[in-house]
Amino acid sequence: MKNKLLISSLTTLVFSIGATNLVQAEEYKHGGSMIVTYKDDVSTLDPAIGYDWQNWAMIKSLFDALLDYEPGTTILKNDLADSYQISEDGLTYTFNLKSGVKFHNGRKMIAADVKYSLDRVTNPKTQSPGAGFFASIKGYDEVSSGAANGLSGIRVINDSKIEITLSRPDATFLHVMGLNFASIVPKEAVDQWGADFGKHPVGTGAFKLTEWTLGQRLVFTKNPDYYQAGVPYLDQITFEVGQAPIVALLRLERGEVDIAGDGIPPAKFLSIKNDPKFEGSIVEGSQLHTGYVTLNVKMKPFDNLKVRQAVNMAINKERIVRIINGRAVVANQPLPPLMPGYDKNYQGYSYDPEKAKSLLAEAGLQDGFTTELYVANTDPQPRIAQAIQQDLKDVGIKVVIKALAQANVIAAGGEEDQAPMIWSGGMAWIADFPDASNFYGPILGCAGAIKGGWNWSWYCNESIDARAIAADSMTDPADVEKREAAWRSIFTDIQNDAPWVPIFNEQRFTIRSSRLTGPDGVFVDPVHIPVHYDFIATKDGQ
Amino acid sequence: MQILFQLLRRPMACFGISIIVLIVMFAIFAGWLAPFEPDNQMFDGLTLEGAPLPPNEKFLLGTDLLGRDLFSRLIYGARTSLIIGIVANGIAVIIGTLVGITAGYFRGFLGAALMRFTDLMMAFPALLLAIVLAAIFSPSLWIVALVIAMVNWVQMARVIYAETVSISERDFILAEKSLGASNFRLLFKHIMPHLLSSVIVFGTLGISTTVLLEATLSFLGIGVQPPTPSWGNIIFENQTYFSTAPWLVFIPGSLIIALALGFNLVGDALRIVLDPTLKGKHT
Amino acid sequence: MIIYFLRRLSIAAMILLGISFITYVLLFWVPADPVQQIAGRSATPETIANIRHQLGLDLPFYQQYGLYLGNLLQGDLGRSYIQKTNVSELIQSRLPASLLLMAASIVTELLIGLNMGILAAVKRGTFVDNLLMVVSFIGVSSPQFVVGILLLYVFAVQLEWFPIGGYGTFSHIVLPALTLGLLGAGWYARMMRSTMLDVLELDFIRTAKAKGLGKLRVIFRHAVPNALLPIIAMIGIDIGIFMSGIVVVESVFGWPGIGQLAWQAIQRVDIPIIMGVTLTASCAIVLGNLLADIIAFFIDPRIKLK
Repeated sequence: MKNKLLISSLTTLVFSIGATNLVQAEEYKHGGSMIVTYKDDVSTLDPAIGYDWQNWAMIKSLFDALLDYEPGTTILKNDLADSYQISEDGLTYTFNLKSGVKFHNGRKMIAADVKYSLDRVTNPKTQSPGAGFFASIKGYDEVSSGAANGLSGIRVINDSKIEITLSRPDATFLHVMGLNFASIVPKEAVDQWGADFGKHPVGTGAFKLTEWTLGQRLVFTKNPDYYQAGVPYLDQITFEVGQAPIVALLRLERGEVDIAGDGIPPAKFLSIKNDPKFEGSIVEGSQLHTGYVTLNVKMKPFDNLKVRQAVNMAINKERIVRIINGRAVVANQPLPPLMPGYDKNYQGYSYDPEKAKSLLAEAGLQDGFTTELYVANTDPQPRIAQAIQQDLKDVGIKVVIKALAQANVIAAGGEEDQAPMIWSGGMAWIADFPDASNFYGPILGCAGAIKGGWNWSWYCNESIDARAIAADSMTDPADVEKREAAWRSIFTDIQNDAPWVPIFNEQRFTIRSSRLTGPDGVFVDPVHIPVHYDFIATKDGQ
Repeated sequence: MQILFQLLRRPMACFGISIIVLIVMFAIFAGWLAPFEPDNQMFDGLTLEGAPLPPNEKFLLGTDLLGRDLFSRLIYGARTSLIIGIVANGIAVIIGTLVGITAGYFRGFLGAALMRFTDLMMAFPALLLAIVLAAIFSPSLWIVALVIAMVNWVQMARVIYAETVSISERDFILAEKSLGASNFRLLFKHIMPHLLSSVIVFGTLGISTTVLLEATLSFLGIGVQPPTPSWGNIIFENQTYFSTAPWLVFIPGSLIIALALGFNLVGDALRIVLDPTLKGKHT
Repeated sequence: MIIYFLRRLSIAAMILLGISFITYVLLFWVPADPVQQIAGRSATPETIANIRHQLGLDLPFYQQYGLYLGNLLQGDLGRSYIQKTNVSELIQSRLPASLLLMAASIVTELLIGLNMGILAAVKRGTFVDNLLMVVSFIGVSSPQFVVGILLLYVFAVQLEWFPIGGYGTFSHIVLPALTLGLLGAGWYARMMRSTMLDVLELDFIRTAKAKGLGKLRVIFRHAVPNALLPIIAMIGIDIGIFMSGIVVVESVFGWPGIGQLAWQAIQRVDIPIIMGVTLTASCAIVLGNLLADIIAFFIDPRIKLK
C-alpha cells in the first residue's frame, strides 16, 4: 500500500519535472485537428462564471490570466504578467504586463483590461461563483455590497503596469491570479454581448471559438496571433457534447473520437488496459482530489469523537478502491498526495472493525445505531455507498442510503440537521488551485459551516480557523516551508478530530487515440482539467 | 369461477397466467430459492481488478458490480417489482375509480371540473411528472409506488367516467331515481357492479404499466433505493457494462418484459372474456 | 366548426395554464436550491444572497409565479440557471431533433404495425398469426430503455450496422425510431388485425372474394379506411407516450433533443428549463390531440364533436 503511494507520487513528480523539459525539448508537429467528447452541454465560456467539468480547461485555452501553471504540473509561472514585485509588507503586488498581447478581436491588451476584468468578476451583477476568491483585495467589501463599482485596491499605473493592494496578507493570492475567474476580458466585447458573452467569448488565449451549435458541437480554431510562439500545436478542436462515456469510448475504439473527456468508464477500463492494441493510449496521473464521507458533528451520535473514530476504522477502503477497479489510492487524511502540505508519515485510522466496535461500546453504543448516508444518484456513487453500508453493518451501524439528485444532496448538506453522513463522490472535492488553503475554507472551515455552505460536516474549530488565517498570512517566499508545515499540522489535527472519513484520492485516467501525441502530463493536467488543450498535437500534423 | 375457466381456455391467457404465477412463486419463496443473501457483497464475487464474474458454478448467473450474486438479486427483485406494481396500480385504480364515478354520476360543475382536471393530467408527460414528484419526496419503496400511482390514475378515471355516464343514462337507473332511490343505493347496488369488469380489466392491464414505469424510474436512478434490488435498478447499476457483461442488463430486462407481458396477456384476455359484445369474436 | 375549433383552443390554453401552475408549484417544493448550484462551492453568504436576490428567488411564491407567467405570455421562457442561456433558445435548438424523431417513430410504428396486423389477419389462425401477435404483445410490454440498449448493443456495437448513437444522418435515426416505435407498433398491429378481420367477414367481401377479386384490393379499399379513425385517435395518445419516452431514449442514444435537455436539467434542478420543456411537451400533446380530432372530423363527419 505504501509502495503504491510512493510510486504514484514519484510518477507525478517525474511527470512534473519531465513535462517542463519535454515541452521545450521535443518537437511536435503543428497542425491537425482532434475530436473531444463530453456528456453534458457546455454551459458557458464566460471565465467569470464557468465552473464546470467541461468548460474549465476550455476557458483556460480561450483566455489568459496574469499567471498560469507549467503544463502538466502545479508549478506557477507567468502568463500575461511578464514579471511582478511584491512589497515588503506583502500587501502590494505590482505586475508588469507582457506587451504585444492581442485579444481575439485584434485589440491589444492593456492594464486597464486587467482592472476591468477583476472589477467585473467581483461585481455582484455578474453573479460570479468565484467572486469570493478575491476577498483579500482592498475594496472588495464595498464592491460586494454594491457600494462601489470598482476595486479601490487596483491601480492602473500605465498601459503595461498595474498595482494591486490587498487588505490583508494572502499567501494564496498568486494562485488566485491564475484562476479562470481572473482571466482578462475586453470590455467592448462584454458590452456588445451582455449576458450572452458566455456564448461569444473573446479572450487572449491560444484558441478562439468559431462555432457553437447548442447541444451538439463547439469548434475551437487556433489563434494565429497568440503571444506564445509555437502554441497551440493543433489547428482545430471539435467538442461533441451529449455523448455518454461508454458511447464515447466505443467510438474512440473505432477511431471516431480522439479524447473521451469524461474519462474511461469502468467496463472499458479493464478491457482496454489489457488489450495490446491500445498499448500506451491510457495516461495516468494524480489529481488534487479527495473522496470522503462527511460526518455531521451537529447530529447525534456523530457529535461524539469516539463514534467518528469508529466509523473511520470500520470502512474497508481497499475494498472500495477495488470496486472502482483500482483507479484510486487509499486516503488517510484530507489532503491529496499531490498537494503541498500532505503528510507522508501520518498514519491516520487503520481498518480495524474490532477496534471500531470497542470504540462504539465505549461511547455507549454497543448495540449500534441507525443513521442515513446521502449520495448522488449517478453511477458509481450509489455502489460506493453500498460498499460503505455493508462495512458499517459489520460493526453494528445500520445505514439507510438516500440516493438523490446531486442538487438535492448538496442542499441537504447545507442544512444543519439533515444529513448525518454524505458520500462526497461526484460532487466534491477537487482543488481550485494547488494550495492547501483551498481544501480548508469552504469544506472544513467555520466560514463554510453555514446554511447553504459546503462544509457538510458542520465542523467549526475556532482555534484551527485562527491557525489557518495565520498560515495564509505567511506571504514571504522564504516562509514557504514554514507555511507548508503549518498547514500540514492543521490537517492532521483536523483528521485526529475525525469530522471526515477520507476514503480515496482518485487517479485521473485519460484515454487518447493513437493519432495524438504530446507530453504525457498534459493529458492528465492537474490544473487544466481534464487535459491541456494547448499542448496536444497529432503525430502526423493532420 | 366461470371466468377463470374461460380464461384458461385461451392459450395466450394461459401463457400469461403461468408467467405471473412463476414470478409470484419466486417472490414468495425468495428466501428458500436464493442461494445467497441479495445484499451480500462478497470478496470472491469480483475479480481482483474489480470486474464482475460471468456465470459460473458458484454464481449461477454471475455477479454484479459489487460482487453480489445476480441470481439471488433477481429473485428478490421479483418481490420489489411485484409489490410496487400491484400496490401502485391498486392506488391508481382506487383514485381513478373514485374520480370517474364521482364525475360520471354527479356531473354538473363537480363532474366537469374533475374531468377537466383529468384532461390536464393527460396532457402532462407522465415520465416528467414522475421524475419531478420523485425529486420532491425522500425516496422509499412506498413513495415510488405513490409517485407511480399519481401518474397512472388518469386512464382509469376516463374509462370509469365514460362507463358511469352511459350506465347512468340507462332506463332502469332513471326509473329507480324517479322512484326516489337514494344516490348511495344507486351507486352501490346498480352502478358499481356494472363497472366491475372494467375495473378488473384495466386494473390488470394497469399493473403492466406500473411495472414498466417502476423499472424506468429505477433505471434513471430515482426509483427504489439501494441496496433493495429491483430489476430496474440492477440495470441502472450495471448498465455501463452492457458491452462487456451484457447479461447484467439483458437478463433483468427480459424479466421485466416477461412480467409486463404476463399482465398484458391476462388483462387482454379478461377484456375479451368479460365483454359480452366481444364474445365469440376472433382473437 | 370554427366555434368548435376556437373552443378547443381556449380549453387547450387553460390546460397549459394549469400545467404551468402545477409544475411551478411542484418545482417549488423540490428540496434543492438552484442558487447553491449557481453560486458554486466557494461562494460566501453574501454572494449567495446577492445571486438569490438578482434571480428574484427571494420573492414570495405568488410573485415569482406571476412574474414567470407574465414573461411566458410575452414568449419569454426565462433564462436557465445553470446553462446561462435563454430557455427558448435552448428549446428551439433542440426541438427539431425531437420532432424529427417523433415523426420517424410514427412512420416506423405505422409501417411495422399495420403490416403486421394485415399479415396476421390474412393468415389468421396460423403459426404466423400467433407469432405476430405474441411479438406485438412483447412490443407493448417492453420498457423502452431495455429495447434501446438491446438494439444499440446488437446492431451498433456488435454488428456495426449503425452508428453508436449521435445525430446527423439517416442511419443515426433508425435505432432510436425503432425503439420508440416498437410500443406503438404492437398496438397498431393488434388494432389493424381486428379491423381487417371485421372487414373480411362482411358479406360483400365474401362475395367479392368468391368472385376472385384480389386480397390487396380488399385491404386497401375497405380495411384501411375503416382503420383510419382508430389510427388517428391513437396517434394523439401516442404523442403523449412519446413525450415521456424521449427522456430515456434520447439519453441512451445521445440524441440532442428536448428529452435529453429535460433529464440534464432535472439532475441539476434547473427550474426554468424543466418548466420550459414540460410546457413544450404538453403543448405538443394538446395540439396533437386537437389536430387528431379535427382530422377525424374531416374523415368522418358523422363523428360527433364533443
